[in-house]
Amino acid sequence: MIYRTAGQFKTTYASDQAIFPIVQDRVVVTLALVAAFVIPPALASEYWLQAVLIPLLVYALAAIGLNLLTGYAGQLSLGTGGFMAVGAYSAFKLSTAFPHLDIVAVFLLAGLVAAGVGLLFGIPSLRIKGFYLAVATLAAQFFLIWLFNKVAWFVNYAPSGTITAPDREVLGVLVTGPNATSGARYVMALAFVAIFGLVAKNLVRGRLGRAWMAIRDRDIAAEIIGIRPLRTKLLAFGISSFYCGVAGAELVFLYLGSAETLAFDVNQSFLVLFMVIIGGLGSILGSFLGAAFIVLVPIFLTNAPHWLGLNMSVALQKHIELMIFGGLIIFFLIVEPHGLARLWQITKEKLRLWPFPH
Amino acid sequence: MYSLVALGFVLIFKASGVFNFAQGVMVLFAALTLVGLMERGVPVVLALGLTVLVMILLAFAIERVVLRPLVNQEHIILFMATIGLTFFLEGFGEMLWGSNVKRLDVGIPDESFMVAGVLVNRLELTAALTAAILVAVLAVFFHGTRIGRALRAVADDHEAALSIGIPLKTIWVIVWSVAGGVAIVAGIMWGAKSGVQFSLSLIALKSLPVLILGGFTSVPGAIAGGLIIGVGEKIGEVYWGPLVGGAIENWFAYGLALVFLLFRPQGLFGEKIIERV
Repeated sequence: MIYRTAGQFKTTYASDQAIFPIVQDRVVVTLALVAAFVIPPALASEYWLQAVLIPLLVYALAAIGLNLLTGYAGQLSLGTGGFMAVGAYSAFKLSTAFPHLDIVAVFLLAGLVAAGVGLLFGIPSLRIKGFYLAVATLAAQFFLIWLFNKVAWFVNYAPSGTITAPDREVLGVLVTGPNATSGARYVMALAFVAIFGLVAKNLVRGRLGRAWMAIRDRDIAAEIIGIRPLRTKLLAFGISSFYCGVAGAELVFLYLGSAETLAFDVNQSFLVLFMVIIGGLGSILGSFLGAAFIVLVPIFLTNAPHWLGLNMSVALQKHIELMIFGGLIIFFLIVEPHGLARLWQITKEKLRLWPFPH
Repeated sequence: MYSLVALGFVLIFKASGVFNFAQGVMVLFAALTLVGLMERGVPVVLALGLTVLVMILLAFAIERVVLRPLVNQEHIILFMATIGLTFFLEGFGEMLWGSNVKRLDVGIPDESFMVAGVLVNRLELTAALTAAILVAVLAVFFHGTRIGRALRAVADDHEAALSIGIPLKTIWVIVWSVAGGVAIVAGIMWGAKSGVQFSLSLIALKSLPVLILGGFTSVPGAIAGGLIIGVGEKIGEVYWGPLVGGAIENWFAYGLALVFLLFRPQGLFGEKIIERV
């Protein structure tokens, strides 16, 4: 009843091609966005902001980045953690070398550096694909982590080998570093995700996105109809790495506060890949849903025994958590291999007809 | 050593086209089961038999619960499912047997002796011999027996194999069981060398470059690739490591694989990939 499209006529191409062609969608998305900006900083507790919402946003950004590459352009990558590390470390270097540089500019520049590295490691993708490409990106992952571990210049010769987010302000409000309030950091992360989410959505609707999907579906055929694989694939790697780089910088500056290379190891890459696949390959919304799933499930599993009144040892709980996590992944793949985004789509279809399904 | 793990990968990839990420954890699981049983006073032979049984049961369970509902899905989905399996088995194995580092004593002394001026480790020699025997047995199994022929038929074309009456499900169970068996051998060898611990499952990632080098579908390739990676890693570490600050062992294998990919994407012994539009 509520979600009905009757009476909404599209009279121009522009309205037909809009991001959200249905009025209800536009309203809901706008409301959700406004709510996301207003409600959590005012109401959410420190724990919710710090442990749930900020990582969710950071990972959502990384997942969008990987989704552009894997979901849209069809290039499997296991180097996400490495590219995030590039973003984080270059943000650290930039912000300490140029203390007066605006932190937003620092993030963007860090993203650009990551994009450059991504371009470099994307070159093998022109010859290889599938699992072979996965190995190539894995090489990137291990090499980058090793590089940041070995070269002390990246951590400003800190003996501990960690990078720490310095205090930086945006519009007079402290947003990074240990002294910033979690509310401020949340808003900062949200602003980035909102803007880059919109950019990604537009990218995949446009010429470039269609070229990516053509390459994904059948690369030789795409080449024959005049899509240049070199440019298209490298652009996918570059843009994806840009997103991952910004997400990596955010991970350190807005979420963790300080980090070492361990925060960007290969498990991080798998985690982001999980988000993309569980959320839905080739869907921006899916990236958010997947990130939410991966961030929330472990928290839920950690807390569930307390709610049930069970008393378990930490080790046992950790193991059961792993089991349930693995089981859930298999379960989701069996039930809906196209991810949570697909479930949402089906719900929408049903809602349009509800309550008269025939 | 790497060869043994890679062998399991190749087996499953050959027969079902699934890249089994869980192979590393199966190695861990097999070793954990064996050690766990032995710690509880079960004699070695019996423990080994039980472990084999467990791995076969596991193969059944995997086929029934994971693979059957996912028939006809894309490779990446199956790949993800095996990653899920990895998490599950890791949690399961450690819940059953605890997560401490365990010593596995199989009666082969970890000592070295000189042969023609080269230091040879007896344990490693045993591992190499085992791998060689395993490959010989598997080669005979694949080429000589009825089941082996059926396996190769399934690998070539699922549908065609089905249509001439090869039971796909049985074949998959067999393949996973054999991979489980290989995992046991690999688990024993690795476990005896460096203790049974969580990091065993990480060698799964290391065997990726091994596969690339040897070719995804070739059993001899897995062995050769394992040798090249194992030796190259150590030599690289010793001779070139100090030049760039050491610890290049971590990514050397991947770098090597990358170079290989650029010049010979199908690997040393792999079948050439021909694509049609």
